[in-house]
Amino acid sequence: MASTIRVRATSSGETTEVQALIQHPMDSGFVKDASGNLIPPHFIQQLTFEYGGKPVFVADWGPAVSKDPYVKFSFKGGKKGDDLKISWVDNKGATDTSTAKIQ
Amino acid sequence: MRATIRLAATGVTLAMLLLGAARASHAADSLNPPADAKAFQKFFTDKFPKVKLEDFVNGPYSMDEGLYKQWKEKEEFPPYEFALDAGRDLFAKPFKNGKSFADCFPNKGIGIRQNYPYFDEKRGKVITLEVAINECLESNGEKPFSYTKDDMASVTAYMAFTSRGKPFDIKIPNDPRALAAYENGKKYFYTRRGQLNFSCATCHVQSPGDHIRAEVLAPALGILNAMPIYRSEWGGMGTISRRFTSCNSQVRAVPLKPQDDEYRDLEYYLSYVSNGLPISGPGARP
Amino acid sequence: MRNSVIRISVFCAMSVLLASGAISAWAASTEADYKAAYSAAETANNEAGKLRNQWTTTVSALKDAKKAAEGGDFDKAVALSKHAEALAKASIFQSTEQKDAWKAMEIK
Repeated sequence: MASTIRVRATSSGETTEVQALIQHPMDSGFVKDASGNLIPPHFIQQLTFEYGGKPVFVADWGPAVSKDPYVKFSFKGGKKGDDLKISWVDNKGATDTSTAKIQ
Repeated sequence: MRATIRLAATGVTLAMLLLGAARASHAADSLNPPADAKAFQKFFTDKFPKVKLEDFVNGPYSMDEGLYKQWKEKEEFPPYEFALDAGRDLFAKPFKNGKSFADCFPNKGIGIRQNYPYFDEKRGKVITLEVAINECLESNGEKPFSYTKDDMASVTAYMAFTSRGKPFDIKIPNDPRALAAYENGKKYFYTRRGQLNFSCATCHVQSPGDHIRAEVLAPALGILNAMPIYRSEWGGMGTISRRFTSCNSQVRAVPLKPQDDEYRDLEYYLSYVSNGLPISGPGARP
Repeated sequence: MRNSVIRISVFCAMSVLLASGAISAWAASTEADYKAAYSAAETANNEAGKLRNQWTTTVSALKDAKKAAEGGDFDKAVALSKHAEALAKASIFQSTEQKDAWKAMEIK
C-alpha cells in the first residue's frame, strides 16, 4: 500500500520548514453512519517527527482533529540532504512511518 | 374570376407560410449557443470586473481575498494529492483482459478532459467523462465505478490533472438532438426546484461571492473546470455527479440518478458556456 | 426581486393551508382514513416524480406517516399523509409554473 504520509521539508540554512499531509479517517466516535450506527473512534494519538534521532515535533492528537490532517511547522537546524523521520500511532495500535530528505 | 380567388387564396397561404417561416427563424434565434456563452461570460466579467476571466475557474477563491490567500497556501500541499496518486495508479493498472483506460480514449486519455462532455451523434446522447470511464470499464469486462466519489473521483482527478490549463472546448454538432440536449441542460439550470424553490442559477448566477452560511458561493462560470474537487465539507473527493446530486438535495429536491439525461445535458450546457476557460481540476474547496 | 417576493408569499399561503390541513385531522382517525390519505399522497408524489421534481420533505413525511401507522397512531399518520400530499401538490405546482417561468432567469 502506498504510504499514508506525504512530507516536504525545506531548509533555509538556519531553520527547516516542514509540511506534512497524513491520510487517516480520524473518526471521532460521535458520528453515525447511514444506517444510524455509531462509527467507532479511530484517530491518530501521536505524531512524531525525528531529526538526527531526536524528536523535533511531537503532537498528541485526539478525536477533534480533522480527517486527512495537515501539519506545518519549522524547527531550528536541519541540513539539506539529511533524513527526517515521521511516524504516527493511532488508537487501534496501527502505525505508519516514512522518511523524507530535507531539501 | 375564379382564378383571381384562387390566386388570392395562394397569396394568403404564401403570407401565412412566410409568417410561419419568420416565426421558426425567430425560435432558432433564441437557440444560439455561441451568443449564450458570450452573454454568460459577459455577465460574470461585468459583475466581477476585478476578476480575470481565466480566474473564474478558481470558484469562491477568486471572489474573496482571505480565502484566496488560504487557498494559495493549500495548493502547495493540496488535499486531493492522495486521490490524484490513486487515480494515476488506477489509470495505469491493466484490466483483467490486459487492456487499460488508455485504450479507450483518444491520445491515450492524456490531456483530453477539456473535450468532455461531447455529443455522440450515433447514440443521440451526451457522453460525459464519467460515463465514458464506466463504459470503458464495462466494455472490458470490469465492474463500473460508483459515479459520485472514490475511484471515479480519483480517475477523473488524474485525467483533469493531465489537462490542466487547456481551455474547455465543447462542441455542439449540427444535429438538432445536440441542440435539444443543450437547451434541456439550460432549462434544468434555470428551473426552480425543491421545497426551497431554488434553481442552480439562484445561487450560482444571482449570488456568487455572497455567503450562504459560512460558505462563499461559487460562480457558475468555470464551476466545472475545477472538477473533481476535494471538498472539506464532504471530508473527501467528489465528482460532478456528486456536486449535482448534493446541490439538489440541499434545496430539498430528490436528486435524480447520477448521469440521468438531465444531469448529462446540464453538464453539456454548463461546460459549453465555460468554453475557453482553462481546466483547473482537481480542485479543493472549503 | 418583486417576482421572488410574490413567489415566497405563494409558498407562505401554502404553508398555512398545510397547517389547517393538519388541524382538521385531529378528529380520531382509523386505519382506513390513513390508507386513503396515504395513497392520495403517494399518487401526488408519483406525479411529481414523473415531472422529475419530488421534494425530499414529501418523501420523509410519507416515511414518517408509515411509521406512525405501524405504531398504531392513525391521527398522526393521517396528518402526516395530508402534509405529504400538500407538499407533493406544491411540487407539482412548482413544476407547472416553472415550465416557462425559468426563461425569466436566463442570462441574455
